[in-house]
Amino acid sequence: MTINAADLKRMFDTIAVAIEADRDRLCQLDGVIGDADHGIAMELGFNAVRDALAPLDLATIEPTALLNMAAKSFLNAVGASSGPLYATAFMRAASAVKGKATLADADFIALFQAMAQGIKDRGKAEPGEKTMVDAWQPAAEAAAAANLAGKTLAESLAAALAAAERGAEATKDMIAAKGRSSRLGERSLGHMDPGAASAVTVIAAMTKSLD
Amino acid sequence: MQTKKIINDGNRAVDEMLEGILAAHPRHLRSADGSPRSIIARDGPRPGKVGLVIGGGSGHEPTFLGFVGKGLADAAAIGNVFASPPPDPILECAKAVSRGAGVLFMYGNYAGDVMNFDMAAEMAAMDDIEVRTVLTTDDVASAPRDQRQKRRGVAGNFFIFKAAGAACDLMLSLDEVERIARKANDHTFTMGVALSPCSLPQTRRPNFEIGADEMEIGMGIHGEPGIARGKLGTADVITDEMLDKIFAEMAPKRGDKVAVLVNSLGSTPLMELYIMNRRVRQRLDALGVSVHATWVGNYCTSLEMAGASVTLFHLDEKLQTMLDHPCDCAMFRAG
Repeated sequence: MTINAADLKRMFDTIAVAIEADRDRLCQLDGVIGDADHGIAMELGFNAVRDALAPLDLATIEPTALLNMAAKSFLNAVGASSGPLYATAFMRAASAVKGKATLADADFIALFQAMAQGIKDRGKAEPGEKTMVDAWQPAAEAAAAANLAGKTLAESLAAALAAAERGAEATKDMIAAKGRSSRLGERSLGHMDPGAASAVTVIAAMTKSLD
Repeated sequence: MQTKKIINDGNRAVDEMLEGILAAHPRHLRSADGSPRSIIARDGPRPGKVGLVIGGGSGHEPTFLGFVGKGLADAAAIGNVFASPPPDPILECAKAVSRGAGVLFMYGNYAGDVMNFDMAAEMAAMDDIEVRTVLTTDDVASAPRDQRQKRRGVAGNFFIFKAAGAACDLMLSLDEVERIARKANDHTFTMGVALSPCSLPQTRRPNFEIGADEMEIGMGIHGEPGIARGKLGTADVITDEMLDKIFAEMAPKRGDKVAVLVNSLGSTPLMELYIMNRRVRQRLDALGVSVHATWVGNYCTSLEMAGASVTLFHLDEKLQTMLDHPCDCAMFRAG
C-alpha cells in the first residue's frame, strides 16, 4: 500500500483515541511503581498532536513536515519522560522518510524502526531494563523481519504488535533499571511497565489505522 | 470515588495556579514574554552574575518557583503536575537570566527532567549560552550509598539551591558556583515517610494504596514507593528511624554543625512537624552536634500527601556562609 500525509494524520488521530480510552489503566499501572501520571502525559501529548495536525493542508504537506510537527507539539505539551522519548521517535521517523511525498511499505517499516531507535537512544535504555524499549525494540525487529520475508505492511505491523505485547508482558518479570521505578529494586517485580503498556496501545492503534 | 479538591479544571490547574502566584507576588516574580511557564525573578539576573535556573514538575509548591528571587534562583521552569517541563520553557528561562557569566541548571535527579533539561542545554549552547548542570540527589532512601548519583532529589533541594543561589549572588564564577552546588548536594541528606496518598488534579484518584495503620518509609515526593512499608509508629520512633539512616551516611562528629529542615509533604500539620523536630534536636544534642538553623513547614510538598521528611545539611564554614547569605523570594526570605 501507499501511505500519504492524510494516512499519517489518521494514524495519529487513531492513537489519540486509543490512548484516551486507556488513560486510567496507564495511570493505575504507573501508580503501582511510579507517580501515576503516565496516562495523563500520553493523553496530553497525543491530543496536542491531533490539535496541531488538524488545520494542516494534507494535500500539500509532506510526511516529514507532518511528523516534525507531531514531535514538536507532543514535546511542548508534555515534558516528563514520554515527551522527549516520543518527540525523538517522531523526529527520527521524520528524517527516515525525508524527501518522500508518499511512503511505500518498506518506507513505513524504516520509519517504524527509526521510532524505536530514537526512543532507545534518547532514553539510553537497553532491552531488559523494564522500559518502553522492551516493547518497541522487539516490535521494530519483528516488523523488519516480516517485511524482509515478503509480508505485507499489515502483516508486518501485526507481527510487530504481537512482539510488543510479548515484550510488555515480559516486563512483569524484570527489575527496573531505568526511570523512576528503578529505585524500587525487586519491588518492581510482578508489575508491567506502564511505558511498555502504552507502547502496545500506540502500536495497536498504528496497526489498526493502516490495516 | 474521586478525591476532594478546590479546582476548576484539572487540566488547567497548573496555569491557574501560576496566574494566582503572579497576582500575589508581582514584586518578586514575572513570567517570561511569550512563555508563561518560565517564571523569572524581578531582581536577580544582572551583568556578570551566573544565572541559576531551577525547575521541575508542579505539585511540590513552594518548590520550585517559591525559591525564585534575589539571592536564590533567577528563574524556574514549570512542568505539569509531577512531570518535567519540556525544553522550551527551560530554554526561555536560560535566555532570560543569561548575563554573560553562564547559567547553572539545578533540579532533582529524575529521568524525565534530565532528558528535557539536557535538550534545553543543547539548545542554549546553540545560542552561545554556557550551561552547566548539577543534579540534586539528597534522598538517602532512593539508592544505596555507593550509588549516590542514582538517588532522587527531594526536600534537600532547599539547602542545595540556597547555597548555589548565594554563590551566584556573591558574583562567583561559574566554576566556583558549580563546585559549591556539588558540595552542598554532597552535604545534604533527606529521609521521608508517607502516611497517606495524594491525587493528581486530572484523575482525582489516590496514587497509591496504604493501610489505615501503615506508613511507607522512604517514599518519593511523587508517591513512588519507598524502601519499606511498616506499621505506623510514634513520632519519636519514626524520627529515629529516619535519623538513623541519615546519621549512618553523614557520620556526624561531636562539635559538628547542621541546619535542619522538617518538611511536610502536604497535609501533615505543623504540630506534628514540631513534635518531630523536638526529637531531631534531642538526638543531635545527644551526639554533640549543634543546630545552626532550623526550618519547619511546607517546603517541598507532594500535593495533599500526608507525611514528612527530615533533611540535615552538614555545614562547614563555606556552606554556612552560603546558607546565611540573605535572599528575598516570593515564598522564602532569609538574612
